[in-house]
Amino acid sequence: MADDATGMRVDTARAFRDAGITALLAFGLFLPLIGFETVTDVRNDLILTTRWLLLFAVVAVVGLGRLAYALAAEPWLKQRALLPATPAPVWLKQVGRWFIPFAIGFVVAYPAIVIATAGFSRAVKWIDNFGIQVLIYVMLGWGLNIVVGLAGLLDLGYVAFYAVGAYSYALLAKTFGFSFWLLLPLAGILSSFWGILLGFPVLRLRGDYLAIVTLAFGEIIRIVLINWVDLTNGYAGITGIPRPTFFGIPFNADDNGFAAVFGLEFSPIYRTIFLYYLILALALLTAFVTVRLRRLPVGRAWEALREDEIACRSLGINTTNTKLTAFAMGAMFAGFAGSFFAARQGFISPDSFTFLESATILSIVVLGGMGSQIGVAIAAIAMIGGTEIMRELDFLKVIFGPTFDPTQYRMLLFGLAMVLIMIWRPRGLISTREPSVVLKERKIIAADFVKEGHG
Amino acid sequence: MADADDILLRVEHLTMRFGGLVAVDDLSFAARQGDITALIGPNGAGKTTVFNCITGFYRPSEGRIALSHGDATAWHWLEALTNGGERNFTRGGGALYLLERMPEYLVSQQARVARTFQNIRLFLGMTVLENLLVAQHNRLMLASGYTLLGVLGLPSYAAAERAAIERARTWLDHVGLTERADDAAGDLPYGAQRRLEIARAMCTEPVLLCLDEPAAGLNPRESAELNELLLAIREQHGISILLIEHDMSVVMEISDHVVVLDYGVKIADGAPATIRDNPKVIAAYLGVPDKDVANVEAEVGL
Repeated sequence: MADDATGMRVDTARAFRDAGITALLAFGLFLPLIGFETVTDVRNDLILTTRWLLLFAVVAVVGLGRLAYALAAEPWLKQRALLPATPAPVWLKQVGRWFIPFAIGFVVAYPAIVIATAGFSRAVKWIDNFGIQVLIYVMLGWGLNIVVGLAGLLDLGYVAFYAVGAYSYALLAKTFGFSFWLLLPLAGILSSFWGILLGFPVLRLRGDYLAIVTLAFGEIIRIVLINWVDLTNGYAGITGIPRPTFFGIPFNADDNGFAAVFGLEFSPIYRTIFLYYLILALALLTAFVTVRLRRLPVGRAWEALREDEIACRSLGINTTNTKLTAFAMGAMFAGFAGSFFAARQGFISPDSFTFLESATILSIVVLGGMGSQIGVAIAAIAMIGGTEIMRELDFLKVIFGPTFDPTQYRMLLFGLAMVLIMIWRPRGLISTREPSVVLKERKIIAADFVKEGHG
Repeated sequence: MADADDILLRVEHLTMRFGGLVAVDDLSFAARQGDITALIGPNGAGKTTVFNCITGFYRPSEGRIALSHGDATAWHWLEALTNGGERNFTRGGGALYLLERMPEYLVSQQARVARTFQNIRLFLGMTVLENLLVAQHNRLMLASGYTLLGVLGLPSYAAAERAAIERARTWLDHVGLTERADDAAGDLPYGAQRRLEIARAMCTEPVLLCLDEPAAGLNPRESAELNELLLAIREQHGISILLIEHDMSVVMEISDHVVVLDYGVKIADGAPATIRDNPKVIAAYLGVPDKDVANVEAEVGL
C-alpha cells in the first residue's frame, strides 16, 4: 500500500491481481495466434512449429503494461480528474481561429509544396495517392455526415450512391460521349433520385432496422452491377472511361493536348494536378453547402429530427420530406464523388463499391464526431492518409525483415484506433456542437446534450 | 348545431380502442374560443389519449373532432364537410378543420393546434433560440424558397430569419429565458424547460394550445408563475388553451371550464366550482363507488 500526495491510495495487491488476470487472458488469446505456427517444409507438407519466446514476450508486455497502468497511470488520471478543468490556453484559441483559413490555404498550396519537396517526377504519387484519395473520402465523409451526423439516420449502404454516380458517369460518357461537366450534375441528380427511392420504403424504420435495410440496399446495387452484364460488364467492370478535359483541352501528348497548348513539356502531372483541384473544389462545395444548409430551416429541421422526431411533428414539420431531403442531399454528394472517381480512374468495377467502403466512410464520420465538418476531415486524413503513408514506411522492413508489409496491418490499426477513440472520446474527435444561430454570445454545446439520433 | 357561436373545438363521440381496451369511450365536449378548458381525471383515465387524438398523433377509432378558425358561421358547413370527405373547408373569413382526418404535422401547420408533452420533449442538444426557430420551420421554409434561395444567400431569407428571431425573443421575454437564449436546452433546469416548451409551442402561432400536465414537477412558486403565464397567453394573445392537469391549484384557479374523465368516460362537465362539489368526481378521484363517498370522506376527514 502506498499513499500519494493527495492521500489517494494505490491498491498494489489489486494491481498485481489485475495484471495477472490480463496476462492470463493474453496467454489464452495469443497461444493459438502466436504460440503455434504452421509452415510448409521442403516436401510441401504442413508442419507445426512453436514460438514460445515470442508468445511469452507478448504476454509479458501485456501483463506489465496493465501493471504499469494500474500503478502509475490510473492514480495520475484520477488525481487529474479531481483538479478543476483548466481553461484552454490563449494560444489554443488563436490556433482555433486560424485553423480553417490555414487548412484551406494548405490544401490549395499542397501540389506546389509536394513538387517543391519531392521533385517533379515523384510528386504525382503524392498528389494522386495521397491528396486526391484523401479528398475523395473527405467529400464522402461530409456527404454521409448530412445523413448520419445531422439527421441522425444510420446509413450503412452509402457506397451505393457513390456507385450510382460512378456508373452513371461511366455509362453515359462511353455511350453518348457527354462531357464530364454535363455528367457531373447529372450523376448527382441520378444519385439523389436513388436516395429518395431508398428513402421512401425506409421512412418508417428506425435505428437497427433502418441500418439493416440501408445495408441491404447497398448490396442490392452492387449485386445488380455484377449481374447485369449487358449493361455493366459485370465483374470485368467498365474500361476506357473518357477522362475529363481542361475545358475541352485533353491531357495527352498530342499537338492539341494540354502540355502542347500551354507550351509545356508533356507530363502526366498536369492531369493529376487538375484532378486534385477538381476534387478539392467539389469537397469545398460540399462543405460550403452543408454549412449553409445547417443555418437554413431545413438543416435545423434535420438536427431537430435527430434530437426528437415526435416533437418535430408536433411543430408542423413534415418529417417524411425532411428525411427524404437528407437522404437526397447525402446521395447527391456521393454521386458527385462517384462521377469524379470514375473519371479519375478511367476504370470501375463492382469491387470498388463493397460494404467495406461504406464501413470506412461511416467510421470516418463516427471517428471524426458526428455532425462536425473539421472532425470528419481530420478522421479522413488519419484513416485514408494513414493507410497510404504505411506504404511508405520502408524502414520497418529493416527492423521486421524483408517480408514485412505494413499495409497488411491496416485493419488491425483501424480497429486499434477505433477502440482507443471510443475509450478516449466516445463521441468522436470533435463531439461538441456549434449553434446554428446566436442571439448574443456564441456558446459551444457540450456533447452530453447532443443526441446521436435513433434512425 | 350553432348552439354557441363562439365554439372553437368540438369533440363528438370520440372513441379510441387499442385492441380490446377502450381507452376513450364516446366522449363529447366543446371548448369555447378564448376559454381555458381543463381535462382532468385520475391516472389512466384516457386524458393523454384524447390529446393525442386531437393533435393527430392517434387516429381515433370513431368520432369527429372539428376546429373552426375565424368566422363562427363556418360551423354551418360541418355536416357538408363531414360527408364530403375533405379535411378542411375555407370560406370568407372562416375555416373548418376535421382534425381526425389530418396527420399530426398538418394539425399543427394548417389547423394551428400546438401542443406540449407530459414528459418534456425539447431539442436538448440545440440552443434555446434554435428550439424556437425550429418551431417556425414552415414560415422560414417558405422564406428560404424551400432551401434553394436560402443556399444562394438571398437577402429575403435573412429578413425572414431576423423576424423569426424577433418573435422568438418576444416569447423568451414572456417566459423569462432571454438571458439563456444561447445555452443548450438540455442545460436548463426543469421548470425552465417546461416554460421553454410552452414558448416553443407558441412560436408556431396557434389558435389552440394543448398543454399536457404543464405543472407536473413544478414547485408552488413555479406553479403560480405558470398560472400567470397561461392567463397572459389567453388575455394578450387571445389564444384558447386546452389543459390536462393534476395540480388542482392550477385547474381551479385558471380554468373556465372543466371536463372530467374516468376510465375513458366523461363523468362531469362544467364550471370549476360545480366540478369541485360533484360527488361523481370525488368518487372517481378517491377510487370508490358513488355510494361510499360519504363514508370515505368522513374517514379521510374531507
